[in-house]
Parts: sequence; structure tokens; C-alpha cells
Amino acid sequence: MRYSRKLTGAAYAAPVALFVLVFFVAPLLLVGRMSASDWPLLAGDLGVNLPDNYTAIGDNRLFWPAVGFTLKYTGIVVVILVGLSLGLAMLVSGTRKGTGFFRTAYFLPTTLGLASASLLFFGFYSPSIGPLDPILQGLGITDEPISWLGTPNMALFSTVVLIVWKFAGFFMIILLVGLQAIPPDVYEAARLDGAGRWQAFVHITLPLLRPALGLVLILSITGSLLAFDQFFILTKGGPDNSTVTVVQLIYREAFQRFDLGAAAAISVVVLLALLVLNIAQFRSLRRDQ
Amino acid sequence: MTRRGVWNTTSYYVLAGGLAVLFLFPLVWTGYASVAPHGATNQQDGFGFGNYQTLLEYDSGLLRYLWNSTYVSLLTVLFTLLLSFVGGYAFARFKFPGRDTLFLLTIAILMVPYSTLLIPLYTQLGDIGLRNSLFGLSLVLTLYQLPFAVFMMRISFEAVPKEIEESAMVDGCGSMGVLTRIMLFAVWPGLITVGLFSFLAAWNDFIAPLILVSDADKAVLPVAIANLRQQSMGAVDFGATQAGVVVMALPCLVLFALLQRHYVRGFMSGAIKG
Repeated sequence: MRYSRKLTGAAYAAPVALFVLVFFVAPLLLVGRMSASDWPLLAGDLGVNLPDNYTAIGDNRLFWPAVGFTLKYTGIVVVILVGLSLGLAMLVSGTRKGTGFFRTAYFLPTTLGLASASLLFFGFYSPSIGPLDPILQGLGITDEPISWLGTPNMALFSTVVLIVWKFAGFFMIILLVGLQAIPPDVYEAARLDGAGRWQAFVHITLPLLRPALGLVLILSITGSLLAFDQFFILTKGGPDNSTVTVVQLIYREAFQRFDLGAAAAISVVVLLALLVLNIAQFRSLRRDQ
Repeated sequence: MTRRGVWNTTSYYVLAGGLAVLFLFPLVWTGYASVAPHGATNQQDGFGFGNYQTLLEYDSGLLRYLWNSTYVSLLTVLFTLLLSFVGGYAFARFKFPGRDTLFLLTIAILMVPYSTLLIPLYTQLGDIGLRNSLFGLSLVLTLYQLPFAVFMMRISFEAVPKEIEESAMVDGCGSMGVLTRIMLFAVWPGLITVGLFSFLAAWNDFIAPLILVSDADKAVLPVAIANLRQQSMGAVDFGATQAGVVVMALPCLVLFALLQRHYVRGFMSGAIKG
């Protein structure tokens, strides 16, 4: 009976095991091999050339700018997203009339795909049909059309706006679930002890929200470091390659410069960097709890 | 109400309402822009569906792309549901050698960037004749749904009281019978959440179809609309682009309206995980 139950369990797990083996473990091994080989897109495997693909990374003139830009973008997005989504969550956690509507309003952009949202903002920022310039000019705020994607700084700013619009509601919901898990009597007790709103926020809300905030941090950092769709669609990496992210660089190496070996080497580096980061984040979360 | 109370209430609604306008405005605008008249589009005079007409006639045609997206999304949902249903049952109810390793390995998919796997998958799918195929694409999309789906189904199965199963076993039901006749109904809400999330992820995915599928008539909607934007010799048809955004967004909004509860369940499990 024992033995057969083990066998039954293994049989039920077999499809997942097979799938993970073929589509996860095998490609993971293959990307390692590709990164160590001369592997043009069309010709295929031309044999080991270790460590050429790795040493070439440092010489790639787009690599360090892409790393720098990706980190800068991540820093900006994470700070704004975490702050805003926390504010939104607190705004809609109460029982006032209309909070249901506000929750839905802030969450709706999340239901769109990232590519759809990027295409939406591609039109939104366009001088041709974009609504922003007429509105700003009508209000007398500006005289001339603004080039929303024209300079490196504006392109970065406009993309950050898109991402914050798209994801703030998503993180708001995670934080809202965390907020609602805090028992109301904790606040009540603090109020009786004479704690003001700000003190309650710093000494009760923030510490008790830590697990949810940790999740929001991990998700927003990882997501931003791997940014692709928004820049591919909105800025195409421009102007002047100023908004090329690391993942875009991988895409370029593989499918515009047709060098899968080089793309695989950058992919492995990114994978290792993310692994280290994720392990560090999990460790610090564990320690806190 | 005290004066302070009125002031608080007013400032709350001004702030919350103002933010709601900011969040809703782009959505409302894209709907408006897709039907509004504009010089550089197919919708010249008055409001109408000229931009949608453009999409219908563009390249392989909107219906083709709609079908491709629907096919890929439904296949992904099907694969994800099947794998996570039997897999979740195995992880929740059985002890077998390698169980914890396999579970951790499945969750570890989350740790590996999409792009890192797409490069080798591009080669691998080519070797087995599944590159440039919507079937192969849906297998890759399924892979990225597995961590969430298996996790979700495992906790769904674990939440079902063991007594239900045991009494069915006493009545002569095998484990397969328990799974398909009893457990299926007990974990139904979990399955809907998994199905919803995998559908949305597959419907909206951009980088996997961009890399793995190159034939123009096999493009899925996001890739087709993004290509539309790049084509037509420098002059972008913004009206048609926004019509495309509306077509892509509508199913997502409808699913959200119908399945709100299941949306929140998905996030809750995420919060627990953290």
C-alpha cells in the first residue's frame, strides 16, 4: 500500500516533472553551452570558443550604458511605485463611500497587457493624436508641443509614467491585502496610548506591512531590471541608444546582430546577477520576520 | 459633522477623485481616439469605425491575428490547467522521492529571466520543429505559468479536508476517481484563478511570440499591432494602433468584470508567499 501510494504520487507528478525537464532544465543547460560556443543565429553551433563570448561583453560598447540605464530606471521606478502604491492602498483601505470605485479605477490599468499599455502610450505621447499637448496648451501651461520621447530624459520620464500608471494598482492590491490583515485593535490600543496618526504609521503600519512591502519590492525590482516591452515599443531604445536596457541588448545581439553565443553569455550574466540579488532579498526578508 | 470632518472628507474625495481621473483618462482616451475623426487615419469625418476597418484589412487581417491570439491563449490555459491540476494533487497529497526538489525546481522558474530561457528555447524549438509554431509558443508560455499555477493548485488541494477523500476511498473510489469526481469540484475556484491568470499572461505576452514566431500570418495580436506601428513608411497610423489597443484590452476588461473575486485570490496567494 505504502509503495503503491508513492508510485501513484510520482505518476501524478510525472507530467510536471517531464515538462520542467524539457522546457526549463534543458534550456538552462543549453544556454550555458551556447554562451561558451561560437554560435551564429543561422549557422548554429560552430564549437567551443570559451571565453570569447564573455570577454566580448566588456568590449560591447552598449553593455555598460545599458547596465547603467537599467539600474537608473529601476531605482526611479521602484521608489515611485512603492511610494505611490502604498499611498493608494492607504487611501482605499478605509470604509468611506466610494472606496470600491476608487480601487477599481486605480486597478483597471493593471488588467491591460504591458505591450497594449505601451502601444496606448505610444499614441498618447504622439504629437499627431496625443491629447496632452492640446490640454496643456489649452490650460496655458505650455506654449509649444512637448517632445515626450524626444530627449533621453523625457523618454525615460515618459516611460516611467507609463509603468507607474500600469502597475501602481497591482501593487496597491498586494499592500491592501497586507493592510487589511492588521487587526484594528492594534491601532485602537495605540490611539489610547496617545499615538498620533504619523506615529501609528511608522510604528505599526510599516513594520506589520513588511512582508507585503517585501513582496512589492522584489516584484518591482525584478520586473524593472528585466524591462523590455515598454522600451522596445515606446522608445525603440532611442533617442541615440539612450534607453537600451540589458534585455533589449540581449535581443539585439541575438536577432539583429545574429550572434546567439554573445546573447547567451549576457543572458547567463544577467541570470547570475539576478540570482545573487534574489537570494540577498530573501535572506533579508527572512531575517526580518 | 464637525468642520474638521467636512474638510477631511472633502480633501479625501478631491485627492482620491483626482487620482481616479488620472488613472482612467488614458483608458477613456484610447477608446475615444479609436473612433474619433483624424486626418492621418482611415477615420476622416465624424465618429466611426474606420480605424477598425483598417485593422480588418491590414496584412493577414485582424481576424487572423485574433484567432492566433485566442488559439495560443486557450492552449496555454489548457496545458497549464492539466499540468497544475495533477501536479498540485501530487504535491499536496502524496509523498514520493524527489517531491520537494521538483517543487522547488518548479518555483525556481520564477528566478530565471524570460530572456535567458528564450535564447536556448529558440534553438531547442527549432530542433524539434516547434519554432515558428503557435503550438510551440503556447508550450513556452505554459512554462512561465507553472510556478504560480502549481503553487496555487497545491494550496487549493491542501485546503480540502482529507476526510472527504478518505470516505470516497472507503466507498471504493480509486485516486483517479477521487481526483476527477470529488477534488475537481473542491478545487474549482483555484482552477478558475489559474485559468484566468494564464489566459491573461498568454494573451498579453509580447517578447516570446516576438522571438519564437516569425511568420507574419502567425503573429499574435500584440506583435501584429506593434508591427503595424512600424510599417507604412514612416507614417504611423495612430488611429489603427489605438483601435488595436482597444481590441486587445476588451477581453481583459470583460474578464476582470466577470471574475474580480478570482483576481484578488491570486494576489492574496502572492501576499502569503511573501
